[in-house]
Order: sequence, then C-alpha cells, then structure tokens
Amino acid sequence: MKPASAKPRTMFEKIWDAHLVRAASPDTPAILYVDLHLVHEVTSPQAFTWLREKNLKVRRPERTVATMDHSTPTTPRGRDGRIPVLDNAAATQIAALEKNCADFGIELHALGTQGQGIVHVIGPELGVTQPGSIIVCGDSHTSTHGAFGALAFGIGTSEVSHVLATQSLLQNPSKTLAVTVEGKLRPGVTAKDLVLAVIARLGIGGGTGHVIEYRGSAIRALSMEERMTVCNMSIEAGARAGMIAPDETTFAYLKGRPRAPQGAAWDAAVAAWRELPSDEGAVFDREEKLDANTLEPMITYGTNPGMGIPISSAVPEPVNPTAAKALAYMGLQAKEPLLGHKVDVVFIGSCTNSRLSDLRAAAGVMKGRKVADGVRVLVVPGSQKIKAEAEAEGLDRVFRDAGAEWREAGCSMCIAMTGDQLSPGQYAVSTSNRNFEGRQGAGGRTFLASPLTAAAAAVTGKITDARELT
Amino acid sequence: MEKVTQITSRTVVLPVENVDTDQIIPARFLKATSKVGLGSKLFADWRFAADGAPKADFVLNQPAAAGAAVLVAGDNFGCGSSREHAPWALYDYGFRAIISTSIADIFRNNSLKNGLIPIVVDAATHAKLLAAPGAEVKVSVADQTLTLADGTTAKFPIDPFARYCLLNGVDELEFLVSQEAAIAAFEAKR
Repeated sequence: MKPASAKPRTMFEKIWDAHLVRAASPDTPAILYVDLHLVHEVTSPQAFTWLREKNLKVRRPERTVATMDHSTPTTPRGRDGRIPVLDNAAATQIAALEKNCADFGIELHALGTQGQGIVHVIGPELGVTQPGSIIVCGDSHTSTHGAFGALAFGIGTSEVSHVLATQSLLQNPSKTLAVTVEGKLRPGVTAKDLVLAVIARLGIGGGTGHVIEYRGSAIRALSMEERMTVCNMSIEAGARAGMIAPDETTFAYLKGRPRAPQGAAWDAAVAAWRELPSDEGAVFDREEKLDANTLEPMITYGTNPGMGIPISSAVPEPVNPTAAKALAYMGLQAKEPLLGHKVDVVFIGSCTNSRLSDLRAAAGVMKGRKVADGVRVLVVPGSQKIKAEAEAEGLDRVFRDAGAEWREAGCSMCIAMTGDQLSPGQYAVSTSNRNFEGRQGAGGRTFLASPLTAAAAAVTGKITDARELT
Repeated sequence: MEKVTQITSRTVVLPVENVDTDQIIPARFLKATSKVGLGSKLFADWRFAADGAPKADFVLNQPAAAGAAVLVAGDNFGCGSSREHAPWALYDYGFRAIISTSIADIFRNNSLKNGLIPIVVDAATHAKLLAAPGAEVKVSVADQTLTLADGTTAKFPIDPFARYCLLNGVDELEFLVSQEAAIAAFEAKR
C-alpha cells in the first residue's frame, strides 16, 4: 500500500514503477520486465536466428504467444479445408515460425488451427491481455492492448530478440498525454470516427515521445472492442502507446476467458486492477480535450491517418508541398466533396475493426442490400474464433447474399502481403489503420473509415454517410 | 555490433515530410528471413516504376546522390510501422545517418540498434541543410555534434547508453543477458 502522502501517479507511472527490473542510472536506461510477448511470423525470424547464433534459450516461453497473420492467405477454404499454397517467401517465413516455436517451446496458434488470427485480436480473446501488464510485440499496433489498462507497445526485431532471451527491455520513459473525451457519441458515430478525430487533432507526429491515456465519459461508455479500436490507432498519432483505465467493463470482458485468473486468483487480480487508474491529482505532461457530442463520421482523404475530415466536408487546401503531393497521389482536388466519390474496393477487417461488433455493424448496413456494381468487397474476420461466432449468427450469409467475399482470418488487405490488395489507381474504403501511399498495394488509394461507412460504400459504390441510407 | 564513432559524407536531401516506413521499405519485401540485401528495395515504389525502370526525378537516382551516406529528410521521418527492415534497408543501401527536425520513436530506437544515427536538429539548421544538397557534413557520435559545410555546428541528443554501445561496439542483447541476477531477483519477488 502506498502511503497517503506519496505523489499522485498516472496509470503509466504505476505500471512503469511496478515493472522495474533495474531503475535508470545516469548511464543506462531502465530495464523493464515484460509480462506478455506476442509474436508473429514477419518480425521474428531474424530474432530467433540471433538467439540460435548466441546459443540462447527463450527465457519465459510461458509468457510468449505466437500466431501467423500478416502473410497468411485469407482465401476461403475449399470443401476439403485445404489452405491455399503460399508464395515461396511467405511459406518460408511461416515454416520458420513453426520451427522456431517448436524448438524454443512457444505456444503457436498456427494457420489452419482454431486459435489463429490477427495477433492483436487473439491476445484479448484468450484473456492473456490483462490490466497492469507490460505487453510487447514486433508490431506497432500492439498499442491495441492498452485498452485493458496495460502498457502495450510495438518493438523492432532487435528488441524482439531481447525479450525472447531475457523477458526484459531497456526503455526510456515516455511523457504522458491525457486525451479527455466528454459527452456522448451520436448515433452512427463510432469509436473509429472518434480516434480519427483525435489523430486529426494531434497530427501524425503530435504524440511522438508520449503515451496517451484516454479519459472522460465518452471513453468510459465504450465497449472493450470499441476501446481496442481507439487504442489501436494511437501509434498513428506518433504515440508510443495508448491506454484506457480498467473498470467494470474490462473485468466483465475478461472474466471466464481461458487464460484469465480464476476463483480466488480472479478476486485478487481484480482488487489489484482497481488500483491502476491514474490517481486524483496526477499530472500529465500534456492535455487535449474533445467533445464527443460534436463528432461526425470521419474519413481520410490524404496519405497519412492524420489527414481525416468529417465525411460531409470538402478536401482542404494543401498547406505545403507534402500535402499537395498527397492530393496528387489520391487524385483529389482541394474543395472537392468526398461524399459521392467513386469506390472500387471495400475492405472490412484489420486489427482496428475486425471484431464481432464491427462485423455486426457492417452486416446491419448490408442486410437485404446488394454490393454495388463494379465494387469488390472483402470481409475478413479478425480471428477464426470470430469467424465461427459470426457464422453462428448468420453474419456470413448477410455478407455473401449481398455479394461480398467472406474470408479466412488474417491481416489481409491492411498490409497487402498475401495477394489481397488494390491494383494501381483503385480507390478503397477501408476499416484498417493506414492510408500511406501504396500501403494496400502499389498505386492503391485508401480512404480510412468506420465499418458503417465502409458498408455504406459497399452498397452504393460511392463514399456515403451511412446515416443517410434509407 | 560494429563501432561507430564518426561519419563524414555528402548529404542527399529528400524534402518530404512524414516519410513513413511503408515508403522506406514496402511490406511485400518483409517476407525476408534475413536482414541482408534490403538496400536494393529501399524506397522501392519511389525509386522504380512498375516495370522496374528507375524514376529519373527521384533524388536517389540522380548522379549527385551516389556515395552519400547522410539523408536529410522532412519532419517526422520514419513514422508508421515498427518494421526494423526500414533502418536495415537504409543501412544496407549505404546510409549511416538521418537528419530531420523530428524522428519517430520506434524508428529512432531501431536505427540506434543498427548503427544508423538519428539526428534531430532545429528548424534553422534543417533549413540550411535542405538548401545545400550534396554539401559535406561531419557527425561526431562522441561529441554529439553535427558540423555543416560552412563550419557551423549543431549538438544533437542521443540516449547515453545507445551512444556508449555505438562508440564501444557493445551489443545490447549481450548487455541484457548480463543482467541475469537482476531479472531473476525481479521474478522471485513477484
């Protein structure tokens, strides 16, 4: 128990302090212990190779969970259930992960198994993502897990090798940025729209050097899946991580999950988790406020996630040559409205928006309607578990009856490593997290939006405000 | 890791802000299982047309860029994905330092682990560098000082331990492994 006179701490500081293997010295950064290391096939092969070269074991295999997601095909399985042939490079990478997990004793949810899915989807599903934890992965959207009140951030492959070998990382502390959102999101305005508005406000470098804590009544009202959408995109504002304090919503989501504590251990865990929220009077290095009541459905028009505007707005005048270059790439003119813009492809998926509530939202718009002529629609559930749950509710039939493709779980068109990609010049409305040049395929042009906006575009063939659909 | 103490080189100027790691190394090249050879794919979609022909107007394809080891870029360099393939590609291509007014956190950490020095300078120094592509600069890791062609200098921040590792060729993984007692003690007291 902390003495009453101790300095009030933010949630970030509490988690930091609780994980100090060694405090910082004038010459060395702090060493932090990692509770959970998530691993996937793209950023791990070299790390395992370095461990082998140095004859090192994985220190805590039991704190390591691996899956395959970035380069795995999402092509629907035939009746024989066979997984389509991967290209050689992807096959090599996947075989490397299989061998590495087998040799080092790491739990692997492999392609073709029921536990496979996008790494930031399966962690929470399993209940391994827990409040107060430090969670890392060789992937910048690791920030997703901050929705549980964890300190979760992306690392590079060198740091992956550090965590594999020592379950620890050298870290310098981040500054803290409180983003407070009060009020209530209006109907048709989603968590995705909220976070796009935050990034538009902060700018894509605005959070650099900071960890964001999302606070306020509009945040408290979000479900866990909505909180994951918000925390997921924290990196797009340049922030190291994004966090939301745990509360009854968090505990209700976690209770009974396969790897959540049980019985007396559960009660003890919840008691500890209740101490995590930032103390009254804790000081943040920076503060920003948004009013949820004023938010609209958002869409990006440019080539970074910060270039987002309300869907009814017109493309802004470029303020510098970089912005002008973005408009040229997107084939857009300043002052042009976005509503009504032609769309070639709609992608509903990614670690941002591929959970059951996202699929239900999209299905709600597409039910009884048909995909517009000339539009290709891919719906990619975030995990095999979500796929099964969606099918049990008949969501797959809604998508297929409309003329959309119902796919296997994976990162798919968010990162375009598997053949799920745009052709040069194609326009896509995508529920993913990045609209960089060529992100979804060389020459592809991405509009980022919510599942509602994406589903509306699917059935009209143009950028559409879903609230206007009759 | 190899020791890095100083870099002397002409600059290449890429006057684009928010250069993200998807531009530095597109995702389709992340299927590599080693870190060698990525330089040929650096800025692939800016450097080459769909048929593989070099784009004449891209700065790296111009003769003046040959042999330059220092890249001067617009604000917020290296944003986006955490792929360490980005500094690997830059290093394999021949770059040894990046200069900007801000550099994204994950990219900065990854670069320091690979002998690619991330240098943040103020707007005035940046403007001078942007205006003088091809000028020679000197980077001293020991003194944390950038010296421009006109003799003026700018100090740049660098994490003290990362600097120590660069100057002494120390591998951070080996350092962490040496902290076994502290790690075991932490685990025991939980």
